[in-house]
Amino acid sequence: MNKFSRRRLLATGLGTAAGASGLAVALHLADQYGLIPPDHGGIYGVGETLTYASQRLLMSQGSAAREFDRSQISKVFQVNGEPPKGETFQRLRAGNFAEWRLTVDGLVARPASFSLAELKGYPSSTQITHLACEEGWSFIAEWTGVPLSHVLNLAGVLKHAKYVVYFSLDPGWWDSIDMPEAWHPQTLLTYGMNGQDLSVPHGAPVRLRVPRQLGYKNVKYLSRITVTDNLKKFGSGLGSAAPEFGYSWYAGI
Amino acid sequence: MADTTYLPGLSIRDSDAPRHSSIVRVTHWINTLSFFGLLVSGIAILISHPRLYWGETGSVGTPSLIDLPIPFVLKNQNGWGRYLHFLSAWVAVLNGLLYVSSGVLTKHFRKDLLPAKAELAWVSFSRAVVSELRLRRRSKDESLTYNVVQRLAYPMVVFVLFPLVIWTGLAMSPAITSVFPALVNLLGGQQSARTIHFFVASALVLFLLIHVAMVYLAGFTNHVRAMITGHSAARKGNA
Repeated sequence: MNKFSRRRLLATGLGTAAGASGLAVALHLADQYGLIPPDHGGIYGVGETLTYASQRLLMSQGSAAREFDRSQISKVFQVNGEPPKGETFQRLRAGNFAEWRLTVDGLVARPASFSLAELKGYPSSTQITHLACEEGWSFIAEWTGVPLSHVLNLAGVLKHAKYVVYFSLDPGWWDSIDMPEAWHPQTLLTYGMNGQDLSVPHGAPVRLRVPRQLGYKNVKYLSRITVTDNLKKFGSGLGSAAPEFGYSWYAGI
Repeated sequence: MADTTYLPGLSIRDSDAPRHSSIVRVTHWINTLSFFGLLVSGIAILISHPRLYWGETGSVGTPSLIDLPIPFVLKNQNGWGRYLHFLSAWVAVLNGLLYVSSGVLTKHFRKDLLPAKAELAWVSFSRAVVSELRLRRRSKDESLTYNVVQRLAYPMVVFVLFPLVIWTGLAMSPAITSVFPALVNLLGGQQSARTIHFFVASALVLFLLIHVAMVYLAGFTNHVRAMITGHSAARKGNA
């Protein structure tokens, strides 16, 4: 081995070692700052992680989804999916959701549950925002509800909380968001749409609005909210039902 | 050219100066792969709702701009479609940044890719276009540089179509537009962005088809070899 190739081998070896340890440090830091999505595994996970991490950094100042004029509200509000077929939902619906309660538990100081009337009694927030389905269609509507942050504050979120997991009365449908999204003022426990009570096709009694992400993060027929520091405990550990069907957990796109 | 050595079946300008630099060759093939990923996944995403709209919104039951002659698929393919689309997009964008910054730093764009003023004069330009349209085979010397049609088409793809397709792609993201609302407002709305994204992607596919056809007509093996090894033909001595 001559001098030149030995030097070259040494440089390559050092470069690789520096690159590998640099990547390891970067991944560790990214994990600590919550920049790694739960579905980060596999080759697609590389793209997902880059997207999620870079968008989270861009949005670190709490940017708000675009809001529109009342004149821009759509005329057609397309619906995907059917209301839950289960007996529980049918019974609650027949009683006009008077018996419905939203449970809040997990990493909170004061686990609680709220009736629809209680939620409507809290300071409300109204937004005219765009809802885009992952299929490609979209509409603009006016949504009214109580910010999720208000309810989270009532329950007292513990310091080490990382995610809010939310479940639908439709047993196959649940999802989760990170704390920046959960505390965001536009993230809404929505009970009203276009000045009326939220209709059953659109998710009555309460649908979570997450206007900075695609439609499927906006789970309908909400029944329970759990605050957690570990998504591995839920379903297949990928953060929501969506990745189990092959869709990404993060849908800021 | 004084430094051209002519061997039977070979044309070598300078045995050490490659036709394409190594960075151009590597980024070309990475781009090929990522473009293929983007195209396949883009089609998968499109066919779950093959209607295009103008403005902010659009859905079944609202007037469309164009109904693509594709049936709505019942089981949509957007899961892997989006994962692959964004993975490929990251590869394409990072690879594209490498290509563009090296092209600027090495003056590759200025020297080889941008048309000279004289070439844009009407007579010489029309002669080049007619010659392309006649599918005339180019001489060995000509095929060592880019002609004016290529010097217009390549910068158009690199500096207009790719930036546009990235812009319109980002403009569909509610998270990105929460930070940069102008990205989508300038285009007239989220559905307009989706529609423009489709047409720019179609223009890129059209470019790809013409590009491959031209390579085929100009001598497929030789040109593909040049884009892999850097040399149009085997090096002197290695032949």
